[in-house]
Amino acid sequence: MFKVYKAELVKLKRASLSLSTLASVLFITGLSTSLLFLLVDSPEGNGREGVRITRETLELATGLSLSFSNAAGLLGIVALCIFAAQTAQEYTYGTLRNLLVRQPSRMKVLIGKLMAMKLFALVIVISAGLFTFALSYLFAGVKDISTQSWGSTDARIDIARTFINVTIATIGYGIFGMILGLLFRSPVTAISIGVIWNLIIEGLLSIFVTDLARYFPGQLLSTVALGGTEEISYQYSLFTSYGFLLVSMIIVAILFKRRDVAN
Amino acid sequence: MKTAIDVRDLSKKYGDRLAVSHANFSVPMRSICGFVGPNGAGKTTTIRMLLGLITPTTGDGHVLGEEISEPENYLPRVGAMIEGPAFYPALTGKQNLMVLAKIGGFDTDLVQGLLEKVGLGDRGDSKYKTYSLGMKQRLGIAAALLPNPKLLILDEPTNGLDPAGIQEVRALLRQLADDGATIFVSSHLLSELEMICDHLVMLREGKVIFAGKTTQLLAAQQPVVIARPENSKDLSKLAEIAKSLGHETNILDDAVHVKGEKNFAAELNKAAFAAGITLSSLAPVQASLEETFFEMTGE
Repeated sequence: MFKVYKAELVKLKRASLSLSTLASVLFITGLSTSLLFLLVDSPEGNGREGVRITRETLELATGLSLSFSNAAGLLGIVALCIFAAQTAQEYTYGTLRNLLVRQPSRMKVLIGKLMAMKLFALVIVISAGLFTFALSYLFAGVKDISTQSWGSTDARIDIARTFINVTIATIGYGIFGMILGLLFRSPVTAISIGVIWNLIIEGLLSIFVTDLARYFPGQLLSTVALGGTEEISYQYSLFTSYGFLLVSMIIVAILFKRRDVAN
Repeated sequence: MKTAIDVRDLSKKYGDRLAVSHANFSVPMRSICGFVGPNGAGKTTTIRMLLGLITPTTGDGHVLGEEISEPENYLPRVGAMIEGPAFYPALTGKQNLMVLAKIGGFDTDLVQGLLEKVGLGDRGDSKYKTYSLGMKQRLGIAAALLPNPKLLILDEPTNGLDPAGIQEVRALLRQLADDGATIFVSSHLLSELEMICDHLVMLREGKVIFAGKTTQLLAAQQPVVIARPENSKDLSKLAEIAKSLGHETNILDDAVHVKGEKNFAAELNKAAFAAGITLSSLAPVQASLEETFFEMTGE
């Protein structure tokens, strides 16, 4: 398992993947942070789905971590794409047969890959967090928003809590991507279905059908990143989303273990 | 006799189609065994079953003395290249081998030496996607050698290689066999296999039609006498003479091919002379593996 983990890191560390991922993560978090702060006085709103987050809210101890938790959904999509691609490309490149000849225990292959990708997701989240916090201070200065309470103990606790929640949510999205990768065995199909499901199907249905967000894994993971909402509690969203992922993962792991490697 | 591979009644069924049907064969330790058959005969399916990649529908077998249902017991001692090389295009040749060395728990210091062994010493830092087909094939062979294998299973290892590359692979396989490894190799280059293999397993439509020593197979084939008349107009007449002497005859490439032992050449020469036919050449030849293969598989 640790051997697979170490081997997977060789693939994840390659410059083309790590730099392009870093660039997309910085772009997403930069966009989210700049919109939050630069549109603070806009009547059109500056948060998710046109929600208005006021100066007073941003000046609170929780203000520093707001843009970070807001970007979690998009960070999750990046993780979903990477987990799905790294898993499904073993089939399309035909490299799965090499892996399984060198490590016949399929469960060890699966767990080793997942561990390495979780570490990669953690690096994504840390990079995104540091960039968001730096930009938040920068834009707060530009928009004359007080950052006095951002250095308080409450703020530090909130940052730690947000960091943990965003990490849990991002890894959850990644696991969802891995499940799709194992199921569809094609990076293009797995990523397309994952992105369409999360951004379009879940997003649209949740807007038009009341209470449906309580049952969608993507929506629940976004709620985890936010630390819960007024409608859906943190505990409910965490246990329901990870319960869904656990059951799905067990099913695809059984399929992966039993399925012939014929390509 | 100790066997490296021993399968009994091994079958694989996909829906209604039997890809491999009740295969029985064994490969002795330290031998070079060719695995031949037309496309779709079931060679790759058999190899995949031996490597634990697909589960047999029925039957069992042993590889290096271990049950094929427990591949983790023997795969650390097996090197394999199945259905051509498969690597990550964005990684270099060296990184690709590092990935496999780490998974297998092999010494990563071996990687550079293996690249040099297969002639890729100076291209190890190039990305795999920039490799030619021959280079990809060489990298596949290097990957198969990572575990310092007791058994090497290679599926078409010379595919895409130039004549010099084919010769190098042949020499490498001989060297590995001399060092004590068993080699199980499938190839369409039957003349190559004839040169290096001491054993053969032949498949047709999923069934094993021969498994044994190469010399046994070739000796079982009747030799052919090839007679070429000076005047090609005499071809039919010469064929009739050979037939009248009780031999199976074919006309191929301006020559009459007659199935018969070496000493039949003299008899045919006399008969041709008596009929006023001058022969420009007359040669008894042993059937090659290629001819035997075509005859046995009906290709």
